[in-house]
Amino acid sequence: MNVQVWTYIFVGLTFALYLSIAWWSRVRDTKGFYVAGRGVPAAANGMATAADWMSAASFISMAGLISTMGFAGGVYLMGWTGGFVLLSLLLAPYLRKFGHYTVPDFVGDRYDSRFARIIAVLCALFVSFTYVAGQMRGVGVVFSRFLEVDVTVGVVIGMVIVFIYATLGGMKGITWTQVAQYWVLITAFLIPAIAISIKLTGNPMPQAGLGSDLANQSVSLLSKLDGLNRELGFGPYTEPFVGRWDKVNVFFVALALMVGTAGLPHVIVRFYTVKTPRSARWSGFWALFFIAGLYLTAPAVAGFARYYMLESLNGTTREELPQWFNSWETTGLVLWYDNGDGKIHYSGDDRNEIFRAGTLSPAELSTLARDHQLWLDSGHSSGADARPILKAHGLSGPDRDIIVLATPEMAELSNWIIAFVAAGGLAAALSTASGLLLVISSSVAHDLYYKVLNPSASEQKRLLIGRATIGVAVIVAGLFGIYPPAFVGQVVAFAFGLAAASFFPVIVLGIFWKRVSMIPAIAGMLGGIGLTGFYIVGVVFFGMEKWTLGLTANGIDPQGIGTVGMFLNFLITIVLTPFFPAPDQRIQDLVDKVREPEGWSPAVDIDSGPEH
Amino acid sequence: MTTEATPSPTPEQIHAGEQAILKRYWESNIRIMGILLLIWAFVGLGCGILLADVLNPFELPGTGYPLGFWFAQQGAIVTFVVLILVYAILMNRLDRLHHKQRAELIGEEGEPQAYTGEGI
Repeated sequence: MNVQVWTYIFVGLTFALYLSIAWWSRVRDTKGFYVAGRGVPAAANGMATAADWMSAASFISMAGLISTMGFAGGVYLMGWTGGFVLLSLLLAPYLRKFGHYTVPDFVGDRYDSRFARIIAVLCALFVSFTYVAGQMRGVGVVFSRFLEVDVTVGVVIGMVIVFIYATLGGMKGITWTQVAQYWVLITAFLIPAIAISIKLTGNPMPQAGLGSDLANQSVSLLSKLDGLNRELGFGPYTEPFVGRWDKVNVFFVALALMVGTAGLPHVIVRFYTVKTPRSARWSGFWALFFIAGLYLTAPAVAGFARYYMLESLNGTTREELPQWFNSWETTGLVLWYDNGDGKIHYSGDDRNEIFRAGTLSPAELSTLARDHQLWLDSGHSSGADARPILKAHGLSGPDRDIIVLATPEMAELSNWIIAFVAAGGLAAALSTASGLLLVISSSVAHDLYYKVLNPSASEQKRLLIGRATIGVAVIVAGLFGIYPPAFVGQVVAFAFGLAAASFFPVIVLGIFWKRVSMIPAIAGMLGGIGLTGFYIVGVVFFGMEKWTLGLTANGIDPQGIGTVGMFLNFLITIVLTPFFPAPDQRIQDLVDKVREPEGWSPAVDIDSGPEH
Repeated sequence: MTTEATPSPTPEQIHAGEQAILKRYWESNIRIMGILLLIWAFVGLGCGILLADVLNPFELPGTGYPLGFWFAQQGAIVTFVVLILVYAILMNRLDRLHHKQRAELIGEEGEPQAYTGEGI
């Protein structure tokens, strides 16, 4: 059977599984809808958190990013896992003891301010929408690449599936579906990784294989890879701080990702779904443990695929090309424009012949190909060399997604495994999308509608609003997925920066410093968001010159500005605090309560807590 | 505080005792968190980034990983998982300890009702 038939089978089977789980765990009250009735065991919650955390980008693009970036790719690995430590130690246990549904809830109650709540809601909505748009696009891309259907059709199928199980089961349905999705995505990621590790190093553990010697040779894979990379004009793979990724930028970007991840609302809310702070701690451990399953494998896949690609492509003629190259060339993920010698040369300099289609349209590409052929046939007298044109577009080298998508073929695995990788990519995208949709729904239905607009709303009414919000959010996210605004990719950096500069400092200070009151906290949030937003919009959209802050000649990367925004937020809040009166006794008691050991006072029942 | 001479403490004494226990609990909590976050910063931001160029000439013993590269792509993640595990174990023990102290203060046998100890 061919890959397409297998893909239909696996995608059909996994979707049927997700829908049956949703039917089995459907809910009738708000408690089940937002926090899964607080009855999820720690290990299961850990798996669900892991699936929620690992987006389409983690599954499809991260290994490819590392493969191209080498050492600097570590910022994503460290940033996303390191943020989890901050979350587990600094935020989650206290937010859980506080006993409310959402982050804006905490901000609103701790600082006793409707204004602070609304700012937090708006940040949560912005971050979630940015993210969910990327996930819906990811669903569409997986569909179009594996099943050769239109991206739009793929996005619509994804929308329908997510809508059904999110509205039916709420957090409970989403949690148990995510547990299933975790197993689908991790299996799909590990099988090709193990196979290519055995092929290249003879070691069945890819995480260790990356540090081993090459099979039947006495040289280590990484030193051979460094050599190849250097020879071909790329920076050595394992050497830190090459090019614009200098020490300051690596540090700033990693820290912004760490702090930003810790402030992402859809992950914080996961810690509310377990029974006790004790199991919240355990589910934090399980979550990172399960995340590490993919995050320790990704750098291995990156290294293997990099080595394999450089080794198997260079000097190859059209007839000798491996099968995976031909099958992905048709999708535009990898393109070859020869210099006339009939052999591939993939390098980091002007001799490079390997490119990708990127956002170029089929018409533009066929013009390029025709002119290039003419240029070759005429002996360079007419037509046009496509290579400098593509290089000027920044399209040198294959698309980063190819690393994960083509690894099964590089390792010469069967068709059904290739199809299973498609199901894994869909699982990663759908699990993150559903978690985010729930945050959007609770932000609107709980924090805006119930807490601000209509505090006397009945249970049924709130549940209805919650479900309707998910419906609207799915449609908006789907539209973003079908017609991605050109800036979606760049806005993702903004989502992390914004989360880092807004939520993280106010939550940390709110827990660890009783003295902080409303005005300094709001001033800090606005300062952090303002600076981060101004810099990203300025640099990315208006070509503003990057700031060096006297630290780096390369200028601060917009991805790393969240770190500066976070420090500014802390600074403003800390400096202003002594000038404003301490919060009243009620708020101070609230803070004392989240600092108690678990079970010290009777647990706060969510629906009879303050202001309910 | 529960000595032979004072058979049953007054409500004020219980309250003061509880406040002292809560203060000790919070201080231990901050200490555990602080030490673990220092390790977090040293391994992740230190070994993985700031010291990566210094560590890279060395190899992780027994493998072909340059040390700085290993910390950035694998070592930091392994450390993070261990940190969260240690945190969960220490904090759960700390919770238990302070519940026991409170039970002794009030003069109850065993653990209070609200604390069930379930959760793994």
